[in-house]
Amino acid sequence: MESLPFFVMLPAILAATWRMATPLIYASIGELFTERTGVLNIGLEGIMLFGAFTAFAAVLFTDNLIIGIAAAILVGILLGLLFALFTVTIKANQIVVGVAFNLLGLGMTGFLFRALFVGTDNAVRTVPVLNIPVLSDLPIIGEIVFRQNLMVLATLILVPVASFLLYKVAFGLSVRSVGEHPKAADTVGIGVARTRYAGVIIGATLTAVAGAYLTIAHTNQFVEGITSGRGFIALAVVVFGRWRPKGVFWASILFGVFFALQLRLQAMPDLIIPYQALQMLPYVATIVALLSVRGKTHAPSALAVPYEP
Amino acid sequence: MAEPSTSSSETAVTSTTSAEELLGHKETSRLSKFLWGVVGPIAAILVAFLVSGIILLMAGYNPVFAYITLLEGAFGDMRVITEVLLQATPLILIGAGLCVVFRANIWNIGAEGQFYIGAVLSAVVGIYLGDLPAIILIPLLLLAGMLGGALWAMLAGWFKVRFGASEIVTTIMLNYIAIISTGYLVTGPMIEEVGKFPQTAQVAEAARLFRFLPPTRLHIGFIIAILVAILLWVFLFKSSMGFAIRAVGHSPEAASYAGIDVGRNVLLAMAISGGAAGLAAAVQVSGLTFRLYQQISPGYGFTGIAVALLAYNNPLGAIFSGILFGALRSGAEVMQISAGIPSVMVVAIQGLVILSVATFSVYRMKYTSR
Repeated sequence: MESLPFFVMLPAILAATWRMATPLIYASIGELFTERTGVLNIGLEGIMLFGAFTAFAAVLFTDNLIIGIAAAILVGILLGLLFALFTVTIKANQIVVGVAFNLLGLGMTGFLFRALFVGTDNAVRTVPVLNIPVLSDLPIIGEIVFRQNLMVLATLILVPVASFLLYKVAFGLSVRSVGEHPKAADTVGIGVARTRYAGVIIGATLTAVAGAYLTIAHTNQFVEGITSGRGFIALAVVVFGRWRPKGVFWASILFGVFFALQLRLQAMPDLIIPYQALQMLPYVATIVALLSVRGKTHAPSALAVPYEP
Repeated sequence: MAEPSTSSSETAVTSTTSAEELLGHKETSRLSKFLWGVVGPIAAILVAFLVSGIILLMAGYNPVFAYITLLEGAFGDMRVITEVLLQATPLILIGAGLCVVFRANIWNIGAEGQFYIGAVLSAVVGIYLGDLPAIILIPLLLLAGMLGGALWAMLAGWFKVRFGASEIVTTIMLNYIAIISTGYLVTGPMIEEVGKFPQTAQVAEAARLFRFLPPTRLHIGFIIAILVAILLWVFLFKSSMGFAIRAVGHSPEAASYAGIDVGRNVLLAMAISGGAAGLAAAVQVSGLTFRLYQQISPGYGFTGIAVALLAYNNPLGAIFSGILFGALRSGAEVMQISAGIPSVMVVAIQGLVILSVATFSVYRMKYTSR
């Protein structure tokens, strides 16, 4: 079989890029809000697993996608509340609590999955692809933009909404000032704890939605450890996107390219390099991206520092 | 003690910087140390078991029956107790090493990957240099494992010191890279000649550690683990190098002001924790599995984090918390077989233990520091 010329594959690769970038976009936009309030949540991987499992289980039981997303959102809110309780109110070490969340996510979803669903037929319905008659038939653009499922398309709304929230309304000003200078924010009457709770909950909720995307949109089932490090890659995406919504969007797209290329190259019939070399591509890329940013000049000043009034 | 910097007259005040100031806490009384050091972890474990009991109940299991099976599986007779100690061996080594790096306030989440690289290098020595006599082969094998883990960890340390890259993210990425690489090696270049299962051939007879309690599988790796934990405790609390690492962990700025090279200590702490993880792998390969395969670590590197945290980052404490988590792992296997409860529940229990410890630590700090 002769491989197709590269430019013929390009639209398919770009479409796959956006699909692979989508969970990163949700999680890293969320984490951006968390970190902008000065809280570092490295428990994204665990929260994403909770979201993935909850959405999957909810759709399996109800066959209703809206309920699936709503269940993931609810779990995200609860986990956000819990994380903020430990890190903002109790002021426990944010990294240690994050590590605990990752283990809880892996252990709990693995346990519940094996206890409840192993050996049952467990494919769920998935978020539909929006099919607009004329637009989806357009050459190139049709494949990249107009044959994507709704959760992928929603990222186009998420990013401007995040920018608007962060830069144009009072809430965003609170978020940014609490992350830069909590003492000053406190002095002018901005509730530091309240704002941080909000930031953590936004982050956890969007991360849970990213997990839901993996089980009820990108695929149609739950697999233990389905997130395969995306929660951690999202942390690097936030750094690489310099804590700005647009930057984070494009950083996610860049990582999406590596995931998409990896899948595309693995499918090539006359591959000479071992597939494991491709498998590690996103992880190597994450390290390279972090090394290229150099320093923490763009990080919120109060990141990971508990506030003592 | 740390040497005050002598080069600049402006920073002459450093000579008055006391150990207390660099570490940020007073030496507290032995009794209060004992209470917080022993009662705290026990309370943390009880809380974790209580919460997971509720989860078991909600999933339709009988938690009392589950925990009885777990206890029997861990301490029921001599044979299972030695199995617990076998499980504890890599955990003590990894946990004690992580105590050192966590004291430096460096978050090495990469013990899992460091274990894998250590396993690869020690398997290479044990298989391809198998003609050497045991007296040379075994030390060489252990050294290779240690070196592999140390270098893999130092890579992340160097990324942090030189490029300011978060070690949390880079160590986790290095985990994936190490695990995938091992997968490649055991299905490709290092696959066994006969059988063609995705595993390497066995290491030479001369490369195997002595089993001192036949017919059980308990080997001298367990003794090595205890000795290393004691050694790391001495290093951390009785040597000037250990002091420097703790000072960096408390405040890099103050440490640097007192003439301590922060970057060097970050690399040293990473090397020690990675080396301990690599040694754990070498001990595992030469004492228990005798070969390398894809799942050579069922998450030891992550359990090691819980081991270190439960010990409040004290290498001596890691001996006890290592045995505890070894018992948990070992007991959970039995629980899965006889009570049908998925053993992955142990991972969630580890998360709960860490969460409780993190909470207790806050109050411990309040009562023991100025």
